[in-house]
This record gives sequence, structure tokens and C-alpha cells, in this order.
Amino acid sequence: MEQRILVVLPHPDDECFGISGTLAKHIAAGAQVTYACLTLGERARNMGNPPFANRITLPQIRKGELEQSCRAIGIQDLRLLGFHDKTLEFEDQDLLDLKIGELLAELDPTLVITFFPGFAVHPDHDATGAAVVRTIGKLPPSARPTVHCLAFSHNHRESIGDPDVYVDVSDFLKQKIASILSHRSQFYVPQLFEKNPHKNREVQERFGTERFWTYKFA
Amino acid sequence: MLPIQTVEIQNRIDSLKDQDLYIHLELTTGAYAAHNDSTKHPAANFITNALIRYGLGSISGNGPYRVGLKMDKGWIYAEGLTHYDETDAERLIMAGHDSSGKLVVALQLSREPF
Repeated sequence: MEQRILVVLPHPDDECFGISGTLAKHIAAGAQVTYACLTLGERARNMGNPPFANRITLPQIRKGELEQSCRAIGIQDLRLLGFHDKTLEFEDQDLLDLKIGELLAELDPTLVITFFPGFAVHPDHDATGAAVVRTIGKLPPSARPTVHCLAFSHNHRESIGDPDVYVDVSDFLKQKIASILSHRSQFYVPQLFEKNPHKNREVQERFGTERFWTYKFA
Repeated sequence: MLPIQTVEIQNRIDSLKDQDLYIHLELTTGAYAAHNDSTKHPAANFITNALIRYGLGSISGNGPYRVGLKMDKGWIYAEGLTHYDETDAERLIMAGHDSSGKLVVALQLSREPF
């Protein structure tokens, strides 16, 4: 069982489809979860449909959505690191590594979850994963937590193969669906608005398993 | 204009940091976007000769390229850049052209107004 989990992702909503069920499952088993969200996703194009947000209000709206998602999952500790959406690949790498290093030192996590650098499509995803593995890679091997990564680029299987961690989250679909629905400015999944969506077979098949690659340090 | 060479662009970005600069930043889908394809939403903007200053900047990606410039209180960002003007030693003139050669995005920096 994981005791302390640190999640490092760049945008509010990066947690909902890929890891919210896994986190709810670990939390039900007693884990303490800290979610470090690097930006507020303030450059997103989705503003609700019809639009209810604008470039001025979006950061606060997305912050509220993120807090609601964390409550739905049961995440005990949310940290907003205050970087800017779309800029992480251009940020001062030492500053990024310093912030992540401080969290590692404070929390001493047994498991870290982030994006697989180079295989996560959005430049912010890749830059976040790169900063996490760069910072953890500087620790002595015996001090490194396990790192589980999310990957979904078109080319990922050729390079990194199949995931090695499969998590059955079928008993935690209520939390996962509530997490997805929290981000109402960003997503509209019609199936999830039906009655008892967690009992819908299609929903169970689409959302019931979460997949990770364990990062192998050179 | 030549296809972007990232080492050359990075050197020029570094040589222009920490000083007042005039910027031209532009994005356009073209005025005929919706006429040619009704699913497209025509949009465009530009800002010319705004005065800016950045302390950190880089070019990223495998082409088309992205550039981010970190200012004291904000960011300048452009995605989709493909070409630069190799003949202009003083100014950094970059643009992104689509497969038919049309300009989609431009990012230009200069010590003197455009």
C-alpha cells in the first residue's frame, strides 16, 4: 500500500480522466495525497458551452473546479504552484526543479505520479514530467520514490511499450465521474449526465481501468 | 526567409534579452477562412511597436516551433513558427507559414520601431 502520494501535473483537469480513480482507491486504503498543480490552465480555449467564462474569470473558475474535483476524489492537500499555462517549457528549469525538490523534501512521498516526458502530447505535460524525473533523478537511487507516468502520444507504444501498472478503479467510478463533472468549463461527456452513470456498461469499460508506466531511471 | 534553425534563433533571442524592444506579434486565419470552409471561424489580431523587455527566452519544439519570452510581469508566446529572415542581422523576424505558404503567425523583435 502507498502511504504518501505526490501528484505533479500542470493543469486543473489533468487528474480527472487518467488518475482520479487510482487516487480515490489509494485514499480509501489510507493514503495521504498531495496534488501539486503547476498552473491554473488559464490559457484553455474551452469556456463552457455556451460560454460562461472569459480570459479574466477563467483562472478563478478553474481553481474552483479543481478544488471541487479534489473534494470528490478525497485529496487531502492541494498545492497551487502559480506557474502560467503554456509556459512551462520556457520556464527557468532551476526554478521548476527547486519547487518540486521542496515538495519531495517536505512530503517524502512513497509514490509520485506525473506525465511521461516526451510522450504526453502537450508541451506543459512533457515539461512537467521532465522536471519531475530530472529532480528525482538527482537523488541517490535509494532515496527515489517510485514514479508512475501517464502517456498517450501516438508514438508512445513503439518507444516505451505497454503500461506495466493497471489499476482496476471500477469500485471508484462515482468519485471519478464526480471529478470529471467538476471541470464543467472544460468537458461535457453526455453519458455522465444520465442516471447512475457509474452503472452504465459503456462508462465502466471506458473509465474502469487506469494505466501507468513505471519510470526507469538510467 | 529560411526554415528556422533553432541554434541561430536561440542565439538571437539571448542577444536581445534585458533591453527595451519593439514587438510585432500577429496571428491570422486569413480573411477568407470562413468563405473557403464554413466550419472555420475567421479570427486575426496583431500588435505592432508595443515596447517590451524580457529576461528569459527560448525556442522549443521540432517544427513548427514555439517561442516563449518571460517578462517581469507576464509572457509572450507564439506557436507555429517555421521561417526566419536570415538577412536581417539587427532584428529577429520570424513567421509561421502553412503548407500553401500563407502566413499564419508572426513574431518580430527589434531595437528600433517597425
